[in-house]
Amino acid sequence: MADTGIIIISHVYEIAEGINRLIQEVAGDVSIKVVGGLSKSEIGTSFDSILEAINENQADNLLAFYDLGSAKMNLEMAKEMSDKSITIYDVPLVEGSYIAAALLQAGVSKDDIEQQLKEIQIAK
Amino acid sequence: MNVETGIRWMELFNEKVQAEKDYLTQLDTPIGDSDHGNNMSRGMTHVIEAIETQKPDSLEELLKLITTNLLSKVGGASGPLYGSAFMGMLKAQKEDNIPWSAVIKSGLESIQKRGKAEAFDKTMIDVWIPVVEALENNQLTDAVIDQAVESTKPLKAKKGRASYVGERSIGHIDPGAYSSGLLFHAMLEAEAE
Repeated sequence: MADTGIIIISHVYEIAEGINRLIQEVAGDVSIKVVGGLSKSEIGTSFDSILEAINENQADNLLAFYDLGSAKMNLEMAKEMSDKSITIYDVPLVEGSYIAAALLQAGVSKDDIEQQLKEIQIAK
Repeated sequence: MNVETGIRWMELFNEKVQAEKDYLTQLDTPIGDSDHGNNMSRGMTHVIEAIETQKPDSLEELLKLITTNLLSKVGGASGPLYGSAFMGMLKAQKEDNIPWSAVIKSGLESIQKRGKAEAFDKTMIDVWIPVVEALENNQLTDAVIDQAVESTKPLKAKKGRASYVGERSIGHIDPGAYSSGLLFHAMLEAEAE
């Protein structure tokens, strides 16, 4: 297991689960935790469940991806409360997490992954 | 502000949020995701429950309890924003003899640090900024609060979910500004009792 993992935060349960299915296909050995919605049926993001996902992820360095603005705020708060090293990327959720997952699986360094992510950065 | 007034403040804020829950959601419908009423209602219900079960006996304990409950239970963007506000107030309140205006100002600074909004971005801070100014001059009234809330109406949203609809956000009161207005109306009422 690599020491770098991924967390994915979406407002919707199915989006998070869907992306998880997508990237598991290329990154079976990467530690990935996803959080979607307040519950299976309620849309939203929660600070508590993000912190839980951070703690449950086996890796100490985490690359974090999110969908809309308020997810980022909860993510930033959870980051401040956690001892792990967490980097949040302002990139499209599907493309960004897919790139990170595929490259982590291939053993690419974090610096090189960031270089690739920079190319797809968006204003969020 | 002492702990008794602080508790009364939260009780009155809760009453207003529950009474205006549908209106908050209505404000959030054209420019947001229609969840502000439910979110604030859920958050404040938890705050009141926590006050009843934990019975805080200092202002510090009360602010701590408000912070954790709003942060965890409100959800959406308002959870981290209101949570940060009370966290900022909690930090400032630890200083000896700090004026209440400085405590609220510290709350405002925490909101800005979290949400990165500037004045006139059509957010809750468009209420917090004039409220802090008025408090510093000992001139905070219900009218000042109402005017600040109303002033968000002609603005175009540059932050938050409303910014996704761009020009279409013009002409609507910002829901976070409105709920902040309720918070400060409740504060004035609690202080007057």
